[in-house]
Amino acid sequence: MAPMPEWLRVRRGKNATDAAQWSKCPKCGEMIYRRDLAANLYVCTRCGHHFRMGAYDRISTIVDGDFAEIGGDVAVGDPLRWADRKSYPAKLAGDREKSGLSEAVVCGFGQVGGFDVGLGVMDFHFRGGTMGTVVGERVTMLFEEARRRHVPCLIFTASGGARMEEGMYALMQLAKTTAAVTRFMDDGNFLVSILTDPTTGGVSASFAFQADVVVAEPGAMIGFAGRRVIEQTIRQKLPEGFQTAEFLLEKGHIDMVVHRRSLKDALVRLLDYASKGAERRALAGVDA
Amino acid sequence: MNPFLDRERFLLELEQRIADLREASADQRVDLSSEIATLESRYHEILREVYGAPTPWQKVHMARHPNRPTSLDYINALDRFDELHGDRHIRDDPAVVGGMALLRGRAIVVIGQQRGRDTKENLQRNFGMVAPEGYRKVRRLALLGSRLGLPIVTFVDTKGADPGIASEEHAQSEAIAQCLVAFTEAKVPIVASVVGEGGSGGALALAIADHVIMLEHSTYSVASPEGCAAILWADASKAEEAAAHLKLTAQDLLGFGIVDEIISEPLGGANRDPANVVARVIERIDASLDRLERISVQTLLAQRYDKYRRIGAWQQETAPVGVRT
Repeated sequence: MAPMPEWLRVRRGKNATDAAQWSKCPKCGEMIYRRDLAANLYVCTRCGHHFRMGAYDRISTIVDGDFAEIGGDVAVGDPLRWADRKSYPAKLAGDREKSGLSEAVVCGFGQVGGFDVGLGVMDFHFRGGTMGTVVGERVTMLFEEARRRHVPCLIFTASGGARMEEGMYALMQLAKTTAAVTRFMDDGNFLVSILTDPTTGGVSASFAFQADVVVAEPGAMIGFAGRRVIEQTIRQKLPEGFQTAEFLLEKGHIDMVVHRRSLKDALVRLLDYASKGAERRALAGVDA
Repeated sequence: MNPFLDRERFLLELEQRIADLREASADQRVDLSSEIATLESRYHEILREVYGAPTPWQKVHMARHPNRPTSLDYINALDRFDELHGDRHIRDDPAVVGGMALLRGRAIVVIGQQRGRDTKENLQRNFGMVAPEGYRKVRRLALLGSRLGLPIVTFVDTKGADPGIASEEHAQSEAIAQCLVAFTEAKVPIVASVVGEGGSGGALALAIADHVIMLEHSTYSVASPEGCAAILWADASKAEEAAAHLKLTAQDLLGFGIVDEIISEPLGGANRDPANVVARVIERIDASLDRLERISVQTLLAQRYDKYRRIGAWQQETAPVGVRT
């Protein structure tokens, strides 16, 4: 694995997932030395299970070199003054501490395979990757800026859906991001979503499934309603493998399932097609 | 099950007794006016007590009331309605109804989520929970309206999108995601009315609009109270607590700028005078369309973008800790 780039060293800070020396594979139970796991792109060295990846780790495996973050200073309020067992600001502070992240998505610009791209990466370790106003705002800023720059976007999803503690403000982020995605795509820009474990609810029902090409990681759980909600509603157990990436591929919902090892190459090939198409459109004068 | 129904039954009994006394008083020429007056004042007292200042959880029950006007009550009150069916792929979803219609002489596309009033109807309508096939019908109708230049009028009334196995197999997420796109892009005015319950992305799929109306006791939330309680505390029975947290009332949402207008209901809810409520909602939709139709398509789309772009209570911090930009 390449040495950690400077931007990553600065941004990552203390990451709780790095604190433990050993990680246990949730699928096969294998104990893996943390450094080996990182060197293997957080894929189990024994069974190939794809671990949930931190946003900055993910970015470091995708971009060629530097990464310029945007929207990092967009911070959340507490619009509903929510407090159940804990207040919402206390929950956020706890997750900031644990994850080393300021919110559940990191957005910015960099190069992938020599192509300039906008990159949005969600992180399940922060509030289950839920979308509230900050996630909605950062994603919207990403699409607006990518539209201005006329570059493609790659968006990695990992989300439990809309964030309950922000109520209707959270639901409205579906409308807001959809508006930004739509403008971005209507201008002829290319969007690829990469669905990672898990992608559900409001995020799967918006930009995840609005992309030109939808890629998923092996074994990722993807769906609208979560397993618990479905089982409670229909009062029966769901079949094994239901709502996995492979299941969705078979049903025709997604374009491809790609192993993390091959992911960057696959994305670069897609970017290459889109870039050739954009060149051709520019020559033919059909671009807006 | 529905705490309102019990109290309401008591009120209806009182109403009946007052009516009986009036009749007796007229027939037998016995003066019962003081008894009647006493009963009436008691009746109004209870009415205010039961319905005066409903809690969010009580509003959830009012929104789900079996006699509350449903989408079809509004649609059937239009001048004319020609229903269009199906998603062109798999089936026609009875949980959502739509087609072309005339509203006070104006040609529109109308779409509404349709729940049932009793168990039999609810089974047929799947409790107003729309499946992917239904959302594809919604999208198809929205595109039709946009293409033909017919304003889109929607009625929202759902606990949420259908969470069944078949719905997942038919890509519920994608169906909703593409509805959101269709409403975002529609080149015609859109007026959405939340007439009952508005639950989660399944409601928003019909509610990206230039003007959003809510009835006084309707609710609209990021998830149904039961869903929220299940998600946060793995316990759907804590729905009442969730309802208090969610800020799901029309009054909350008007304050947030998420809905644009509230239409009042009679004391006790729309179920106590459905015809009047239906007529007033249609009148307000008509007035909104009058206003929106004067705006150019380009401006309309720009305003729609700005409206949703602004929603969000985020703030810029001047010196974020540990994050460099």
